Amino acid sequence: MINTKVTVAGVELKNPVMTASGTFGSGMEYSEFVDLSRLGAVVTKGVANVPWPGNPIPRVAEIRGGMMNAIGLQNPGVETFCTRDLPFLEQYDTAVIVNVCGHTAEEYVEVVERLSDEAAVDLLEINISCPNVRCGGIAFGQNPDSVEAITREVKRHAKQPVIMKLSPNVTDITELARAAEAGGADALSMINTLTGMKIDVNRRTFALANQTGGVSGPAIHPIAVRMVYQTAQAVKLPIIGMGGISSAEDALEFILAGATAVAVGTANFRNPRTTLDVIEGIEDYMRCQKVEDICSLIGTVK
Amino acid sequence: MKVLNSYEFSMRTRTGICDMKKENGSSENNKKSEKSMIRAVICSQEQIADQIFSMWLQADPVAQSACPGQFVSVYSSDSGRLLPRPISICETDKNHGRIRLVYRVAGKGTAEFSGCQAGDCLDILGPLGNGYPLERCPEGRTAFLIGGGIGIPPMVELAKQLKGRVISVAGYRNELFLTDKLEAYGELHVAVEDDSLYSRLRSMKNEHKATHGNVLDCIREHNLHADVIYACGPTPMLRAVKTFAQENEIECWLSLEQRMACGIGACLACVCDSAEVDAHSKVKNKRVCKEGPVFAAEDVVL
Repeated sequence: MINTKVTVAGVELKNPVMTASGTFGSGMEYSEFVDLSRLGAVVTKGVANVPWPGNPIPRVAEIRGGMMNAIGLQNPGVETFCTRDLPFLEQYDTAVIVNVCGHTAEEYVEVVERLSDEAAVDLLEINISCPNVRCGGIAFGQNPDSVEAITREVKRHAKQPVIMKLSPNVTDITELARAAEAGGADALSMINTLTGMKIDVNRRTFALANQTGGVSGPAIHPIAVRMVYQTAQAVKLPIIGMGGISSAEDALEFILAGATAVAVGTANFRNPRTTLDVIEGIEDYMRCQKVEDICSLIGTVK
Repeated sequence: MKVLNSYEFSMRTRTGICDMKKENGSSENNKKSEKSMIRAVICSQEQIADQIFSMWLQADPVAQSACPGQFVSVYSSDSGRLLPRPISICETDKNHGRIRLVYRVAGKGTAEFSGCQAGDCLDILGPLGNGYPLERCPEGRTAFLIGGGIGIPPMVELAKQLKGRVISVAGYRNELFLTDKLEAYGELHVAVEDDSLYSRLRSMKNEHKATHGNVLDCIREHNLHADVIYACGPTPMLRAVKTFAQENEIECWLSLEQRMACGIGACLACVCDSAEVDAHSKVKNKRVCKEGPVFAAEDVVL
């Protein structure tokens, strides 16, 4: 028997594989391809206090080995989320992690308070790292003082454990990780997308209407693994590792580097079943390598 | 080293098992997650005009359920190109379980598809999106099927399946294609704006009696009338068709094109502006891949 259970901030997950926020909606669309009950957790797209319309189109562009997006956190708002999306997710035997976004500390708190009554929400993931919205998002995530302050403020109002999602668009991500830890965070998610730019040479303009966008996909995997490794040395918090995972091997690199759990994002677009392939691949690996408990792998490469 | 090899081997074996399962159909776990990507074998591939290719694929599940106006996501065999290419279905052959895709080479992904030959495989997902409402043109009614450029292919299956009278109006840029099919399933009128193509057609006795102008010039020149319009093509054409339909009080359905990532409604990349607040998004936009690609003209802002 192999054990794939992991615990993140007191919440037990049946396996360490979850979905990365923004790539999986609230699970409804992907449920036609994937039995959500097999996932460790579903992490929802960012939810704000009111509906957000997002950015102008084009919102996505492909790059070699990845893609760029500037969706701009379009979402239907927390009320619709609670009355429509959450009851849907409740049908499945999986943990629910709600990604929370806002322009101001008050907006984050408003969402967090609305979610505090919802028993179906297991964990909160606070998005302080979206590169595609002007105020809020990354504005909170690039300065250690503001990361600590927003973490503390959210923690004061949150009933569920709080995961802070960190931006890689900083000089030293461990400083931000320490700031989140000092603010009382229960776990860290890392990394969000890397800010990039693509130019359409035929049209001689930006490929994305937003000019810049977040780079994701296999191209960013080594950067994310490195950052998870560095952060695992710097803080005691459990880390959810993400960035370019499209196979079990990619996921295992994060776990060996120090992540307790992992999230599959962009790869869902290439194959809607990727999360299941990663779960099965991790189990195969454990059997072949005679690993009984996945927790014994976490952070063992030093 | 040896362990690593056996792990790699087991990964390959598992993939092999998955592929076999797909071929044998989804008899086992068809409860919740019944949709899946399939590997389609290319039956034939030919170039039918400048940059325009026609490909028949063996894809039984898609052929059996596809409606005119729906599309499939076609995945590159190059793992560096992550995102699927949405391509509308031109024809379906339910008896042989085949679909026909007619597409324009617009970049590296479609260039790769055009280089595939009979016997090669492509991963596809579909049918996706909502097709044209066939019931709006029952026996006794007349429809305009207005296609512009690479918007012409989906009109073929639509012309085939409509019960009412079909008047196809096709606008071409630099070469005619699919005229034989459109003539086989209804009346065809050709519009050509390009001077050199027009003079070439005239020198060839202009067997299609092409109009020198756009699709609406063509409708006016021949004094054509219809009860419902189905259209697909470039946005300026759709905008003009929508205005024409409003002025003449004709019911109108438009198929939109937009850059996509997931193709199934989760990522919110491919939105279009909607006239009213959308029931799903709670803002004034709709997902082209999910609520569309076919919309009632009055529901979208072009």
